[in-house]
Amino acid sequence: MLSSKHFFLLPAFLTLVAIILFPLLFTIRVSFSSWDVFQSGLDYIGGKNYGRVFADERFWKSLGRLSLLSLISVSLQYTLGFALALAVWKQVRGGRFLRVLFLIPMMTTPVVMSVIWRTVFHESLGPANDILGMFGVGAVPWLSSATGAFISVLIVEVWQWTPFMFLLLLAGLVSLPREPYLAAAIDGAGTWRTFWQVTFPLMAPITIGALIIRLIEASKIMDTVYVLTSGGPGTATETSSYYIYIRGLRDFQIGYSAALSLVYLVIMIVSLTVIAKLLLRLLVGKVG
Amino acid sequence: MKYRFTTSASVLAIIASSAVPVSAQDYTRFGIEQDLPGTCSYAATDAKDYSGRTLNIITHAIPVIGEPTALHAEQFAELTGAEVNVVHVPFGDLFQRIMIPFQSEQNAYDVMFYPSLWIGDFSRFLANVPEAYVNSTGMMDVTPSFTGVATWNGEMIQYPMDGDRHYLKFRTDVFDNVDVQAKYLADTGNQLTVPATWEEYNQIAAYFNASDWDGDGELNYGSAEVAKRDDLMFSAFISRAAPYAKHPDVQGGFFFDLETMEPLINTPGFVRGLELFIEAQASFPPGGTNFGLGDEIFSFGGGQTLMSYSWDDAYIQANQEDSRIRNMVAAAPLPGASEVWNRATGAWDTFETPNRAPYMTWGWSSAVSSMSEEQEMGFDFLCFFSNEANAEHDMQIGRFGVNPYRNSHFDVDYWKGQGWADKTAQTYVTTLSEMEESQNRVFDLRVPGVSQFMSSMANGVAEAMAGQKTAQEALDDVAKEWSEITDRIGKERLRDAYANVVTLEDNEG
Repeated sequence: MLSSKHFFLLPAFLTLVAIILFPLLFTIRVSFSSWDVFQSGLDYIGGKNYGRVFADERFWKSLGRLSLLSLISVSLQYTLGFALALAVWKQVRGGRFLRVLFLIPMMTTPVVMSVIWRTVFHESLGPANDILGMFGVGAVPWLSSATGAFISVLIVEVWQWTPFMFLLLLAGLVSLPREPYLAAAIDGAGTWRTFWQVTFPLMAPITIGALIIRLIEASKIMDTVYVLTSGGPGTATETSSYYIYIRGLRDFQIGYSAALSLVYLVIMIVSLTVIAKLLLRLLVGKVG
Repeated sequence: MKYRFTTSASVLAIIASSAVPVSAQDYTRFGIEQDLPGTCSYAATDAKDYSGRTLNIITHAIPVIGEPTALHAEQFAELTGAEVNVVHVPFGDLFQRIMIPFQSEQNAYDVMFYPSLWIGDFSRFLANVPEAYVNSTGMMDVTPSFTGVATWNGEMIQYPMDGDRHYLKFRTDVFDNVDVQAKYLADTGNQLTVPATWEEYNQIAAYFNASDWDGDGELNYGSAEVAKRDDLMFSAFISRAAPYAKHPDVQGGFFFDLETMEPLINTPGFVRGLELFIEAQASFPPGGTNFGLGDEIFSFGGGQTLMSYSWDDAYIQANQEDSRIRNMVAAAPLPGASEVWNRATGAWDTFETPNRAPYMTWGWSSAVSSMSEEQEMGFDFLCFFSNEANAEHDMQIGRFGVNPYRNSHFDVDYWKGQGWADKTAQTYVTTLSEMEESQNRVFDLRVPGVSQFMSSMANGVAEAMAGQKTAQEALDDVAKEWSEITDRIGKERLRDAYANVVTLEDNEG
């Protein structure tokens, strides 16, 4: 039975409906329509759009590319972020300054940074090849070869989001209890052993959280690709989100892009859940 | 220049109705040299009163088209008392920002500025240009090509304010240099002339690639082209394929066979064009395969490359006062083809004089929404935007993106008045005006879903250029996707729209 106290939940419930449930339900409805540049109504075409998704080779290739990009970039971000956090964790000279410095990339707008990086990687006029040239390295086709473009996107991603890892992991390090370290010191454990036996296990919950958050974010990569490579050369850096953007907002295939988005959402939910379980088993030794 | 202005003004004054106000007031505070008589001159607009009324405009981001829109909106507001709101949107978002309100029947914008090739998608939402504006001084001076581009099913529904086309640009300090000509002849056995075919273009570009032919200590390159997939590369490909695929004796469609609506995009003419595009990559500057329009403008306009082809921007940039290659460039028609695919006979035809197929490459246009409650003010604004003084002013500023679209703009003296050398001005005007007279022009695929077709084509071309597929494989896949799009949109709907394009291409309009 509804009582007066339930009315206090109403604002939160309405907010939930407005910002999550309605858009999601509407997207589901749109995905069963042929809403396109020439057909604006919400007609019903059954599962035709989903049939197209499963036959869309370009989408699945972009998903494979995205997975590779996310796994490599997040792994690098984690490794570098952890290393930086460990470096700043202990009292070092200029520690505060370094913390602020490390955070700058994360605080900048991805589109703006991508424009700057595009200039850096410009093969005729950008400083990257000039600097390499000083060391006798020939011009690198940063954006005009498939491998170069993939690595360029990777570099920008790692540069921009390593500070996020740094921030989370530093917060975790700062909150670690002192006792295990005292015990390790009494037992005569060296720095390396203390890290693997004490710090790393204690950081496992934060590591899992940080990795999952970054994987979720990395799987949505769009602005960097848009500005830096437009998915090229060919389709070498086309990710799922960029492909959905092309279909939805460039081609104006609203119904089809809704179906693409939902398939993509389901794949992300399933795969990230599996990854989280695997990380829990690997790092904590139990399934949550 | 003064002479030219006076002449233009006199002619227009005669054409215009007797009601055309003659400028008596000084309007130079608006940045123009002087107000020019015409239907929507500063003086005529000043006489209107739209106080208390609001005009909502959507346009491209600053500067291209966005900057002149903002400028003229502010002027219009000051002259008429109207409140004018301008929304600037990046290119990638412009289509959906206009289309969504149209489809949901919201009267969001009274006036729109957008690429003219979207006419097939927007036509059902646009107001016809009223007779008074069709007969205005500015409109009567618009060239037949751009009047055609603004027309749909016999009605003018777009308001011309820009004229775009692709043409060849090259460095005269190299092509006209006797020593260079002699060396080229000795090395290749060929005369160094402006390329008449795309094969010649590629050969010349390759010969001059990666050498310091301007002696500034930096390497120069053969060709700068718009090759970045989602950055207007589709237009570059059409320019290259057109002379091989557009047979002057075969009518009834360039992209599709109008009768059957079968895609022609994978026929041998297009494949040849793509193969030559792929070959040309070897003569691009470093990173040239990722060049968008901005890079192409910078590369040729900045003196890095020998040749280029696209819109006017690189040419204007090269000839700006601060340019180190000012007056060292000239214009020419796009290269042609000695062999042209005849789809009627299914064979290649050989042409003694290379076949040319000038590409009237979309360009910007404007329109008033049929849902607008301020249609009269909307058309008044567009008429003012493109009035004689504003058009002259805007064409001089490269970043504005406004290029010649009226007969009076094809005036050598006007461009020489901007400081251009005789050859630079003469070749520019001749090239542009001869395109107007061509009987074998190619226009954009102005049909519903044009973005889907072009996006598919650009992807296929990009895959071939990146070596992911052969030219034939890539275009076969594009043709397959085009057939699927055709099925979704509906063959008849597409045929009806495409007939408008074929009418222009077959010179029936």
